[in-house]
Amino acid sequence: MRRITLPILLLSMTSHISLAEEYVVSQKNKSFSEDKISINVGDTVHFLNEDPFFHNIFSLSDEQFFDLGSYPKDESRSVVFDTPGVIEVECAIHSKMFLLIEVKKSENK
Amino acid sequence: MKTAIACLGLLLSSTLDAIEVEYSDHVFVPGHQSLQYWLLPSPVPTPADNPQTSEKIALGKMLFFDPRLSGDSNMSCATCHNPMLAWSDSQSVALGYRSQKLTRATPPIINVAYNHLQMWDGRLRTLEEQALAPMEAQLEMHANLDEKIALLQSIEGYVEAFSLAFPDEAISKQTMAKAIASFERTVISDSSNFDAWVKGDKNALTRVEIEGFKLFINPQKGNCSVCHSAPNFTDDGFHNIGLASFGDKHPDLGRYKQRPLNLMKGAFKTPTLRDVALSAPFFHDGSAATLTQVVKHYSDGGVVKTNLSPNFKANQLSEDEISAIVAFLNALTSPHEPIQLPKLPQ
Repeated sequence: MRRITLPILLLSMTSHISLAEEYVVSQKNKSFSEDKISINVGDTVHFLNEDPFFHNIFSLSDEQFFDLGSYPKDESRSVVFDTPGVIEVECAIHSKMFLLIEVKKSENK
Repeated sequence: MKTAIACLGLLLSSTLDAIEVEYSDHVFVPGHQSLQYWLLPSPVPTPADNPQTSEKIALGKMLFFDPRLSGDSNMSCATCHNPMLAWSDSQSVALGYRSQKLTRATPPIINVAYNHLQMWDGRLRTLEEQALAPMEAQLEMHANLDEKIALLQSIEGYVEAFSLAFPDEAISKQTMAKAIASFERTVISDSSNFDAWVKGDKNALTRVEIEGFKLFINPQKGNCSVCHSAPNFTDDGFHNIGLASFGDKHPDLGRYKQRPLNLMKGAFKTPTLRDVALSAPFFHDGSAATLTQVVKHYSDGGVVKTNLSPNFKANQLSEDEISAIVAFLNALTSPHEPIQLPKLPQ
């Protein structure tokens, strides 16, 4: 039932050999479009709200704390993940929403 | 979009995962497919390690009504969650151990089986975790559970009831909790006039009640279903709704203690509205005496407007619109058989 969208966009090639990637995880029907994703250190995740009401995405994980605040439909907030580990992401408003982000050390970096 | 709606009934018959249906995609004809997502799934969800059995339900009912499981042997779960008062207590805030005033209203246990989190601030996840918490709380039932387990072990009728409910387990906190949770999962409201109308009974709702439903789900009007969403009239979410008590010198911060984010200051769990007409007063602080006051509060945009939920919109409803929404809320009451009290073993 859950619509899965995880477009992976090549963002940039830095002056180093690393490739930073961008991911879009949407919020639709009070769910994240993915339950778990795996990314590399330095990658960016855009949290895109596709519901007709506000979400407030945050993480209290030790590795990376963030509170993206509240934002409405069709807006997104972005996080660059700079620390390896497993990050738990939730919506402050809707308690059922839960996403695990595994941030791996990139072998290319 | 119509194709998508046609699939909704099937999808939602077995899940509580929310599907957001645009207001404009509803067809307000009894039995229409676009309305089916408001029906609760049946049977109620149960954890894999605690499936419902009649023996556990019967035992849980005895434990729920037994005042000997409190510190002074004079309060049971049902003292506050009183079935004669819609499984609540009609008090603004609960009265705990030796009638001490607590800080929050007693939430009815109706449809708690469908909750994602328990308690006003969501601090407990499962009914099994929740069942014994008020029993042990010093300000509530004030019980020493080790002593209470010894008491249960000394009563032949309880030993037998536990043996039937849990043939391979001892009398313990875990089995007590499982039994009480099993009983609580039988307290269900899913057969209101609204449910009958959704299923196709064209005479189940009046014209005003249908108008109230439209206002309830219209984001430009009541905007109620943005939080009180299908099928249990809750988004399992947390919102600061601008109550006057948030302006107190030391307000109850609610969910903030569990999730220390600014938005959660003064935010409390969205309660179900099924059977809501039976459980006045309303709000977590019991500050509204009537449903009309509740709807007017939202229409006015709240009292204390700092840190309001971003999903809260003041839509300035007319008196007729408020009356229609209240009429709809009154149509969410299910008919219930009188509760048969258990005979407690001595």
